[in-house]
Amino acid sequence: MLDISNLSASIEGKKILKSFDLKIKPGEVHAIMGPNGSGKSTLANVLSGRKGYEIEGKAFYEGKNLLKIPIEERAQKGIFLAFQYPTEIPGVNTNNFLKTSLNTVRKFRGLKELDSLDFLKLVKEKSKKLKIEEKILSRQLNVGFSGGEKKKNEILQMSILEPKLAILDETDSGLDIDALKIVSEGVNSLRDKERSFLIITHYQRLLNYIKPDFVHVLVNGKIVKTGCSDLAEELEKDGYEGVATGK
Amino acid sequence: MKQQELEKSKEYKYGFSTDIESIKAPKGLNEEVIKFISNIKKEPKWMLDWRLKAFERLKNIKEPDWQKPKYPKIDYQDLYYYSAPKSATNKPKSLDEVDPKLIETYKKLGIPLKEQKRLSGIAVDAVFDSVSVATTFKDELTKKGIIFCPISEAIRNHPDLVKKYLGSVIPITDHYFATLNSAVFTDGSFVYIPEGVRCPMELSTYFGINASETGQFERTLIIADKGSYVSYLEGCTAPMRDENQLHAANVELVALDDAEIKYSTVQNWYPGDKDGKGGIYNFVTKRGACRGKNSKISWTQVETGSAITWKYPSCILQGDNSVGEFYSIAITNNHQKADTGTKMIHLGKNTKSKIISKGISAGFADNTYRGLVKIHSKASNARNYTQCDSLLMGNKCGAHTIPYIENKNSSANIEHEATTSKISEEQLFYCNQRGLNQEEAVSLIVNGFCKEVLQQLPMEFAVEAQKLVGISLEGSVG
Repeated sequence: MLDISNLSASIEGKKILKSFDLKIKPGEVHAIMGPNGSGKSTLANVLSGRKGYEIEGKAFYEGKNLLKIPIEERAQKGIFLAFQYPTEIPGVNTNNFLKTSLNTVRKFRGLKELDSLDFLKLVKEKSKKLKIEEKILSRQLNVGFSGGEKKKNEILQMSILEPKLAILDETDSGLDIDALKIVSEGVNSLRDKERSFLIITHYQRLLNYIKPDFVHVLVNGKIVKTGCSDLAEELEKDGYEGVATGK
Repeated sequence: MKQQELEKSKEYKYGFSTDIESIKAPKGLNEEVIKFISNIKKEPKWMLDWRLKAFERLKNIKEPDWQKPKYPKIDYQDLYYYSAPKSATNKPKSLDEVDPKLIETYKKLGIPLKEQKRLSGIAVDAVFDSVSVATTFKDELTKKGIIFCPISEAIRNHPDLVKKYLGSVIPITDHYFATLNSAVFTDGSFVYIPEGVRCPMELSTYFGINASETGQFERTLIIADKGSYVSYLEGCTAPMRDENQLHAANVELVALDDAEIKYSTVQNWYPGDKDGKGGIYNFVTKRGACRGKNSKISWTQVETGSAITWKYPSCILQGDNSVGEFYSIAITNNHQKADTGTKMIHLGKNTKSKIISKGISAGFADNTYRGLVKIHSKASNARNYTQCDSLLMGNKCGAHTIPYIENKNSSANIEHEATTSKISEEQLFYCNQRGLNQEEAVSLIVNGFCKEVLQQLPMEFAVEAQKLVGISLEGSVG
């Protein structure tokens, strides 16, 4: 599904990702853990197509050169980024935004666009399942949302857009235990044989609820260690430095 | 050359011109031309005298020049002041008698004159160039005693109302363009809502400019008698051409005791090409008088077209407890310029006014909000709230906010808020990441920015306006 090799990314002359390699197969859940400034968010940005990076190396998504695909097309092709800091768009109703987004994606996939009635039905069903109050969807997009509400909104959008590859950029940061459970359950309920996840996080905490197939440790723009979910616990005990230096 | 023209017309969706034979007055501005117009309209003598009085006045005044957008000097002797589609001289009795070419033009403009409008409950008084060619829904309105007709007809059939109110809000001595209009106005709409009547449908007029080099001088007069209500929609599109075209309309509203007038405009005249060539000069005078107690006048405008938009729909709050509102979206792209806003003149006690202005600049455009809030010494407990928001796209455009406040009463409560912002990279990226392309994203964000104003528009207009907001900014983010 995703095949990254020898990928480097710099911003304003500063190299952040360095010869980065990663392969994700359909249905796999990968966790990327690393300290502040290790390049985690840069990875999420580069994969989703954010401008402003100088990029070298290769990244293939479903066999196509990902780096040449425009941002919106990546989204239409099934790449979803749950933002670390979802931006506020005043005056734009969240429901309308999501409906526009869903119909754009559906059109690309050759599906019929949903009318308002069908859309609202879908939203009701998904938000009930995720135990997210659908009330937040009638508000302006992310405006005045609490940190937790913003993250829940991202997960709800993910469940409605049904991506093939979901990238979660520190979705767990700033969440209380209840919100964390809701977010994790959202992810778990979407797990299937086809859908892949790339979960970026600081803490092992989230991985108590979402069991990844692989855990990668990112330090200084490079994966220094890869393991199964036990690695996360090891990290919690020994810290990034301990794991990175092999103790 | 042909190919070039074709290409050009693609840029502006409504850029076309139908070749209907026109009757024209000779070029130039003089007494003879004014008499010609008055004669062709079969006007009574008092009307001609009124026009000539305005013309006398015009000779002694000069064009104002304090506005921000400057324009090349207009040669008023080089314009045509009257042009009518020939087929309209024998006025059609029904739509079936209307020149099929005209109907075709309206269709291209997206104006469904027949069933569609009936279904949506809108009466249309269509102004093609200078003569009204079709009026619908008359019967339904007549039953309620509502008069909705071309002003030329009202001058002949309802002289008492016209004499009483024409020029009572915008005097013929007001300023250059208003005076010019008073001398040479050709046609426009007249509305009278009798006491206690709530107009059962949105009244609507579409203006179009068609014959080459014809200045448009529309005149509209709306009177809401005691306790009545009317909502009026005005929408504009124009065929494209190279010469700059002057449009100097006058719109007067009068609301008597407990009456309410809601006036909504969507203006989409030819803005000129990408280099700023051509385009309409929209120098319109719009003013409403809340003459009675508890009366209300609300202006809503969506200005996306014209090379230069220069207008200040205003309210004179004479009656105690009267309310004036101004909701505005002004979008300027490429080389368009706008200097627009409002005047709220508080004369009565407990008068209230609200101003919400959204200015959007893209390309090389320049957008100015200019507004006056004036509280007279006798206007105790007057209140005003003003909010001016500007949105910039790119770094070659400009936005300016010039609020004037003149307060002569210490009990007044005046609030002013202003913001200037840019569409952020973050917002665009977020939208793109959800599958929207750049233009869809811009349209969405700008529509959000304008929401408070858009929601003031009647439903069917709002949808049109939202689309227009998106179309107007196409290609503005690279």
